[in-house]
Amino acid sequence: MGGNNKCSLVVMSGDMDRIMGAFIIATGAAAAGMDTTMFFSFWGLNAIRKEKINTGRGFLGKMIGLLNKGGIDRLNPSRFSFGGIGRLLFKKMMKDKRVTSLPELLQLAIDLDVKLLACKMSMDVMEISRESLIDGVSDIVGVATFVKEAAESEINLFI
Amino acid sequence: MKGDLVQNSIGQLCPMPILMLAKNMKKMQPGQVLEIHADDEGAHADVPAWCAQTGNELLGTEDGGGFTKYFVKKAG
Repeated sequence: MGGNNKCSLVVMSGDMDRIMGAFIIATGAAAAGMDTTMFFSFWGLNAIRKEKINTGRGFLGKMIGLLNKGGIDRLNPSRFSFGGIGRLLFKKMMKDKRVTSLPELLQLAIDLDVKLLACKMSMDVMEISRESLIDGVSDIVGVATFVKEAAESEINLFI
Repeated sequence: MKGDLVQNSIGQLCPMPILMLAKNMKKMQPGQVLEIHADDEGAHADVPAWCAQTGNELLGTEDGGGFTKYFVKKAG
């Protein structure tokens, strides 16, 4: 083990496949004893949102809330989405091959003490409240917090 | 070879064998050996890589017939 033993990830994407990669790397790093932080911004916030909770205060915010549903189990793949059918196909294929599902990966990350941080600015833009995020989120932060984590990290990824 | 604790990871895919390995090692005492049964091809590279990074020792592997047995000794 060399240097400072930290891993940090920016999760900008809300695509099922990218979120899966992000959580596999984060849990793998945590399992190797690394102090791991995931910083969720913009579409990435969907992975740490509760399901079936409407967001938005103003008209535009409510429209985005209607079109952009949260919950890690509801994410669509970046390709072959087919208006939501692709998600079900991928979920079936993953289940058949006994790949760990996204909700399970999220729980594993929480169990392994992966720190889940939410970007305050994106939450403001999309009108996503703290209450609509899952309880596992440890803090709501800004760029300076991430930069500090990233500067101390041996592994730093942007997903 | 026989381990002090056996981890059944047969049928599991990445990252589960490694996450279970890390979890089980936490429960064990230094010097004890964890015996992992895995048939995921990725584990051939992943178990040694995890050991190298965490400072635990891979004592060796054995063919279990359809799966591989990995013996990992917890560092003191």
